[in-house]
Amino acid sequence: MRGPALDEDLLAGVRDVSPLLLGVAPFALVAGIATVDAGLGLAEAVGMSVIVFAGASQLAALELLGENAPLAVVVGTAVVINLRMLMYSASIAPHFAEYGRRLRAGLAYLLTDQAYALSVAEFDENPDRSRWRYYLGAAASLWIVWQVGTVAGVVLGAGVPDAWGLTFAVPLVFLALLVPAMKDRPTTVAGGAGGAVAVVAAVLPLNLGLLVGALCGIAAGLVTEVTAS
Amino acid sequence: MTDALAALVASPRAWVAIVVIGVLTYGIRLSFIHLFGRIDGVPTRLQRPLRYVPPAVLAALVLPDLVTLGPSVTATLLDERLIAGAVAGAVAWRTENVFATIATGMVTLWLFRFVVFA
Repeated sequence: MRGPALDEDLLAGVRDVSPLLLGVAPFALVAGIATVDAGLGLAEAVGMSVIVFAGASQLAALELLGENAPLAVVVGTAVVINLRMLMYSASIAPHFAEYGRRLRAGLAYLLTDQAYALSVAEFDENPDRSRWRYYLGAAASLWIVWQVGTVAGVVLGAGVPDAWGLTFAVPLVFLALLVPAMKDRPTTVAGGAGGAVAVVAAVLPLNLGLLVGALCGIAAGLVTEVTAS
Repeated sequence: MTDALAALVASPRAWVAIVVIGVLTYGIRLSFIHLFGRIDGVPTRLQRPLRYVPPAVLAALVLPDLVTLGPSVTATLLDERLIAGAVAGAVAWRTENVFATIATGMVTLWLFRFVVFA
């Protein structure tokens, strides 16, 4: 403890992230359930949640692993999904520039959609905050809920009959993320084209449908942007 | 330690995937945070396509789980997963709430699987 004034920033991060944890918890449960469904166990669930710590890519990788897709396709798909974090890294980098290399390396591990969005908004609004403490409060809370939720999902997934189709919660989670991501015409076209191509490309070998669909969607978004301007 | 070893032996493919994805994802996260000062931002040429990664990837993940092209349009549309997905999509659009979306989607799926189409 280095005094209440410093911890105030950490607690502010925890407080501000709490409403978001309600959305993350079911997502984490689904990740645990999907691990069981892919024929894997608690060790893999915890290993993946700690080492990868990126929900959407974890769910996609689990689905592909369960379908025995080639490793290159599993890895390639997960990495494409996580590429969006390049933008977050670039955008938050100036806020962390004054910190040492080690601290920055640690902070980078905890970078997520929610921690990024919350912190950057707070840094702009409240320049007096200890940035790393506020970010740590938010990001570490997300990390803990993610790990606990994954473990709970493994336990739950093992106890519920297959007929209930609990893994259907996976596309539902993505749907909840997809709808707000389609916020203007080019992003909506990107989503529509990506989805449609992925459905048709589901017959492709090596489970390449997802990757092909995603790349076509990105191209369609770019074309729409260019023709609109 | 023996437990960890047993897990590795039981599913080596999964562990290779976990470690490789983990390392690459960490590299993505660290990239600009580490390089700041030398490279100040994402080049514009990369920035534009990156904007479309979330909607394109998410849609490509969702749709094949809701739609399987059937022998006819009716067969394709009268699918409990597509109906549940449409209802959940409407809820996601109105509420932007992850929990409400999952809950309505699952209940609709069960309603059609165990009652309507049973």
